[in-house]
Amino acid sequence: MLPILHELQETFGYVDRAALPLIADALNLSRAEVHGVVSFYHDFRSEPAGRTQVKICRGEACQAVGCRELVATAERRHGLTLGETSPAGDLTLEEVFCLGNCALGPAVQVDGELHGRVTPDVLDALIAMSRSRGHA
Amino acid sequence: MTVRIHVPADSAAASVGADQVAGRLATEIARAGLDARIVRTGSRGLFWLEPMIEVETAGGPIAYGPVAPADIPGLLAAGLIDGGAHPLRLGPTDAIPYLARQERLTFARCGAIDPVSVEDYRARGGFKGLERALAMTPVAIVEEVTASGLRGRGGAGFPTGIKWRTVLGAAGDQKHIVCNADEGDSGTFADRMLMEGDPMLLIEGMAIAGLAVGATQGWIYIRSEYPRAVATFTRAVEACRRAGILGAKVGGTGPAFDITVRMGAGAYVCGEETSLLESLEGKRALVRFKPPLPALKGLFGKPTVINNVLSFAAVPTILADGAKAYADYGMGRSRGTLPFQLAGNIKFGGLVEKAFGLTLGEAIHDFGGGTRSGRPIRAVQVGGPLGAYFPADYLDTPLDYEAFAARKGMLGHGGIVVFDDSVDMAEQARFAFEFCAKESCGKCTPCRIGSTRGRETIEKVIRGEAVERNLSLVDDLCRTMTDASLCALGGLTPYPVLSAIEHFPEDFDRAPARVAAE
Ligand SMILES: Cc1cc2nc3c(=O)[nH]c(=O)nc-3n(C[C@H](O)[C@H](O)[C@H](O)COP(=O)(O)O)c2cc1C
Ligand code: SF4
Ligand code: FES
Repeated sequence: MLPILHELQETFGYVDRAALPLIADALNLSRAEVHGVVSFYHDFRSEPAGRTQVKICRGEACQAVGCRELVATAERRHGLTLGETSPAGDLTLEEVFCLGNCALGPAVQVDGELHGRVTPDVLDALIAMSRSRGHA
Repeated sequence: MTVRIHVPADSAAASVGADQVAGRLATEIARAGLDARIVRTGSRGLFWLEPMIEVETAGGPIAYGPVAPADIPGLLAAGLIDGGAHPLRLGPTDAIPYLARQERLTFARCGAIDPVSVEDYRARGGFKGLERALAMTPVAIVEEVTASGLRGRGGAGFPTGIKWRTVLGAAGDQKHIVCNADEGDSGTFADRMLMEGDPMLLIEGMAIAGLAVGATQGWIYIRSEYPRAVATFTRAVEACRRAGILGAKVGGTGPAFDITVRMGAGAYVCGEETSLLESLEGKRALVRFKPPLPALKGLFGKPTVINNVLSFAAVPTILADGAKAYADYGMGRSRGTLPFQLAGNIKFGGLVEKAFGLTLGEAIHDFGGGTRSGRPIRAVQVGGPLGAYFPADYLDTPLDYEAFAARKGMLGHGGIVVFDDSVDMAEQARFAFEFCAKESCGKCTPCRIGSTRGRETIEKVIRGEAVERNLSLVDDLCRTMTDASLCALGGLTPYPVLSAIEHFPEDFDRAPARVAAE
């Protein structure tokens, strides 16, 4: 079922609750079983993400090089807490535990691309770049 | 002859600009009409030097780094394609001390080849282990792996040969080989590097496992946080199929063996082997009760070998060079080499593969060069989020499973995370509970509820509320979690918590916070 859910999220940006009965039928499962799977995994969202999607690593190796400050600054500057999407739908801030870039922390993924040694100002620049790509 | 220039496509190298370097290099080579070709490789694992590029010369590769796109015109003008002098020139790659002092068996090729080229892999000794295995009986392969002393690199350190023997002896019309590439531990990236830099070594190891136990189906479960690893590994599998190495006849002459690539969905617990199997089967990834062991009833109820990436990747070397050559490395019951990872607040972070037995301090100082901040080391966490926090006076601990266990720690997957003296250990203990609460599969109460209670209790300590009573409550909670958790997520979360309290009591001795109104 995971490949199907990944495919849906890849195509639509989220897993629409309306799709669950269809998956259940196709796989011969109950609706509750499908819901149970979707809700178990952190990756699957039930609502669209912002146009710019930022995942900040909160793992220990990134903590050791200041990810707490990075998170706090990003939250303050954008008026969001981790896990939220801006009302205008342009930005989602999320947490992630380890991106496999632990020697070059703080690590952040912006729109799926990995970045290393990210300071608050670098993060702002990355978000601005993502926005300009989106509006181009 | 066309000169090869290697530019890593490794995610960590890309995170500091390797893709932009490759792009600019391609443009400038074309503009100057040079006879050179860019090959995207994995990383050598010297991350502070990334993006590090290498030029193949008659005398071997010459490295330059860290390279920015703007450096490219100057590098080419200085004769980069002949290995010319330049301030960024690091000299022959193999002579860089960080690399020269390592004992690279598993990572010998990583960063030095095109990861999706069968020819490159073969030219550097690839598939020798598989060729030898094809001429052996399953029992002989299993005995070779057992004799090497290889222990699982995923964390628990269980002897790989013994696991394989159980699966070989199990009756089943279908058996499975499953590679655990969930690499959820913070501070670790060796599995990722290997999948991005030398995926065919892992494919070869899995194929040998298939021969050893009579399995024709291979699976790999790669975490979704590693999109490049998924992409590169998938391309490597396709290349091996085209070359007739995977498919109807493994290695061209053996029985069938093929590998299906699956991606995780962001759940730490899926690294636990039975949870991973549930996830592969498309279910909620609740940890299973054991017995039955996965070796007897694993994926879809069939006998299954499940091993970590580095465990499988050690096998081709063992088969090619013999068990004894491998077992000659190491100390005590930890045989062979350990690819450990220097992470966190460290000056020279990266991958270091050495025989077991090097001390933690040698790793951090002689290789890592101390902290990145230049401040004193205060704490080191080894073994991921469930690993203990060691104080600086434990730096004499050798990297060895038993030596770590003797100090109530664990080596785990070999991630070493360094903290300087600005760390607040009460906050680290709080985080350990928070992490457990977020990632718990929810099957057992001590883990699901205890972790949240633990986080709240540590928060009280941090606020200076009834510190002594609350610390003793944490102690009780930890005991319950240790005794009554089904898997190590709940069972080992007490490690980071209790080690922080034991070794850094001053951080928990909080005065009551002043009331804001005062
Ligand atoms: C919560 C939890 C997470 C784990 N995560 C991983 C992981 O990411 N990768 C891994 O190889 N083993 C992980 N393990 C260990 C596996 O359960 C299992 O021991 C391992 O896959 C066996 O392979 P090995 O013998 O080659 O180490 C984890 C265990 C637990 C309890
Ligand atoms: S200890 Fe936690 S993660 Fe492990 S089985 Fe129990 S509830 Fe699940
Ligand atoms: S802990 Fe942040 S990338 Fe690994």
